[in-house]
Amino acid sequence: MNQRIPVTELTSSFRGRATEALADGQLRNNFRVAMDSLMQKRADAFPDEQEREGLRELGNHIKARALSRLPDLLEQLEAKLTENGVHVHWAETTEEANRIVHAIIESKQGSQVVKGKSMVSEEMEMNDYLADRDIECLESDMGEYIVQLDGEKPSHIIMPAIHKNRRQVSQLFHSKLGVEATEDVNELIQIGRRTLRKKFLEADVGVSGVNFAIAETGTLLLVENEGNGRMSTTVPPVHVAVTGIEKVVGNLRDVVPLLSLLTRSALGQPITTYVNMISGPRKADELDGPEEVHLVLLDNGRSGAFADAQLRQTLNCIRCGACMNHCPVYTRVGGHTYGEVYPGPIGKIVTPHMVGLDHVPDHPSASSLCGACGEVCPVKIPIPELLQRLRQENVKSPDEPAVVQGGGAKYSWKERALWRMWMALNTRPTLYKCFLWAATRLGKLTPKNLGPWTENHTAPVPAPRSLHDLAKAHLNAGQNRGEQP
Amino acid sequence: MSARDNILSKLRAGLEGTTPRPDQFDEELVTQPWQYAPEDRIERLRSLMEAVHTEVHTLAAANWPAKVQELLENRRLANLLYAPGTGHGQQLAEFWAEADAEQNLLAYDRPIEEWKEELFWQVDASITGTAGAIAATGSLVLWPDRHEPRLMSLLPPLHIALLKASEIEDNLYTMMEKQNWSAGLPTNLLLVSGPSKTADIEQVLAYGAHGPKELVVLILEDA
Repeated sequence: MNQRIPVTELTSSFRGRATEALADGQLRNNFRVAMDSLMQKRADAFPDEQEREGLRELGNHIKARALSRLPDLLEQLEAKLTENGVHVHWAETTEEANRIVHAIIESKQGSQVVKGKSMVSEEMEMNDYLADRDIECLESDMGEYIVQLDGEKPSHIIMPAIHKNRRQVSQLFHSKLGVEATEDVNELIQIGRRTLRKKFLEADVGVSGVNFAIAETGTLLLVENEGNGRMSTTVPPVHVAVTGIEKVVGNLRDVVPLLSLLTRSALGQPITTYVNMISGPRKADELDGPEEVHLVLLDNGRSGAFADAQLRQTLNCIRCGACMNHCPVYTRVGGHTYGEVYPGPIGKIVTPHMVGLDHVPDHPSASSLCGACGEVCPVKIPIPELLQRLRQENVKSPDEPAVVQGGGAKYSWKERALWRMWMALNTRPTLYKCFLWAATRLGKLTPKNLGPWTENHTAPVPAPRSLHDLAKAHLNAGQNRGEQP
Repeated sequence: MSARDNILSKLRAGLEGTTPRPDQFDEELVTQPWQYAPEDRIERLRSLMEAVHTEVHTLAAANWPAKVQELLENRRLANLLYAPGTGHGQQLAEFWAEADAEQNLLAYDRPIEEWKEELFWQVDASITGTAGAIAATGSLVLWPDRHEPRLMSLLPPLHIALLKASEIEDNLYTMMEKQNWSAGLPTNLLLVSGPSKTADIEQVLAYGAHGPKELVVLILEDA
């Protein structure tokens, strides 16, 4: 099994990776084509604006209601799942979650794992953790399988291999699987099907994510189109589901609008091919299904975001990917540029809580704040507002308590001093007049190099006369002509 | 303190002084736009399912076993997996015996472990019942149990599903309420809305990713 290349090591920063991505014409084309199509599909899936907005409001309400009683719901979920025969585990860190999963596999003397698509397992870097312990963990979603085979990470949370075209997949299958090269997508998918079917048959343990965990009934709901999720959760004798603590909702009926919002926002589908509702292991008289089902509930910084009423809205996310599909920055640089598990606008607001702002200091600023992400979010997360909040947390003085771990990563005394000066100039009329007088007369002395601004723009030069002067002159001229001011 | 206690106490500290939000679920929003006249339900279901490569036939209840045989013959398939413990399974077996059909009937009557290889590689088709369908999204409801196990609708390349026309509901919410799902669910309830598919390569749709390559729905009009 190939070890994945840590994307973060390609270049050290978002800026560096963005420069590389922008220079890659093929990559930009692959993303442009894909995102244009996904935007159109979403628009077509919500033809009635009133219905869409009502549904978004309801989605927001359901998530906010669940978060307003999250600890109680988690306890209810645990009790109900336990009653149904599911083992529930809790993990504060990804290391702890990996240890739990590994212990379950070890207790069954397992060596082969098949995994349905799960972003939480990406957070955990579960594949690498298990590979280091001689356990093969194979991705079974076609897109995930393709990126795993190429030693990469997903570049989109719904379409992990969206950065590749069919020619690239064909070459990859040819070199890694030894099959004849073909650019027929159907044939490529059948090659994947045959290879993975053997793995489903042999696997000791199946791992999956969870889209919604329903406290009322103790049910794990999982959406998918391929059937690999069903395979992973049904064929192996043990099923381990991993999920973030924010995925719990109160009642079964709550998933009706959420499911509709999720599938329509993600791929423009009225519903996915398969919706799995798993409420327990195989019963004594049943002929198939796993004998054991486990759920690992992971925190990994989520309780940190939860502690702040504004940042808590981050946890509304239902992982549809619509914000990245509509983001002008993501569309141009692609998912790998972010260097983290969650790319795009949502990644920029969830990642700081998981790894600390000091690890991703550029993320809150890698946005034009155009507002598209907030406008399409199916559960109305005010992403631009949260990005602005994280920008503030990013430049906090180290003397102030950090609200987000690693906060204050971009604090600069120079910048702070400059803003203080700016404030002083703009709040003291005499000082402002003096500044204006000097700026209009000495404008030519403005430096030609103004840091990143002048990389792509010419340096601004103050006009020889200020707007105030011009307005005054205009009014005076008018009065001289006898006009009313 | 355990991870569980730590997580819960951190979350509780974050909620100190707040009150849980009231439940203002809006039933109308998830039902009203998704209502159809009874005679339109089948059409809505059919058009959505056909749009994702599902073959849909409407026929009289008495004729379905013969239709199944015809489907297998047309595709030159050798065998069919069925559930002998169900009413429709028994009906099928009776027809098969009388019709002296060529295709082998395979009964799913043993635990998966006893014939996993065979189920994975040597079964051409399967037939299952459904617990109804949802017109709004074009979805079948499968309620696997000891008689009709989960893998029947997943492993064979062709899955044939029997659906009573009278059991098609307007939308998911109505279905949940009518069948009282919150009172008790099976170990793995499924909504199935077409054959297995993927668009992971260049967003080009390809069918038969991991599950059935073909789904055929037989709607029994007088049942």
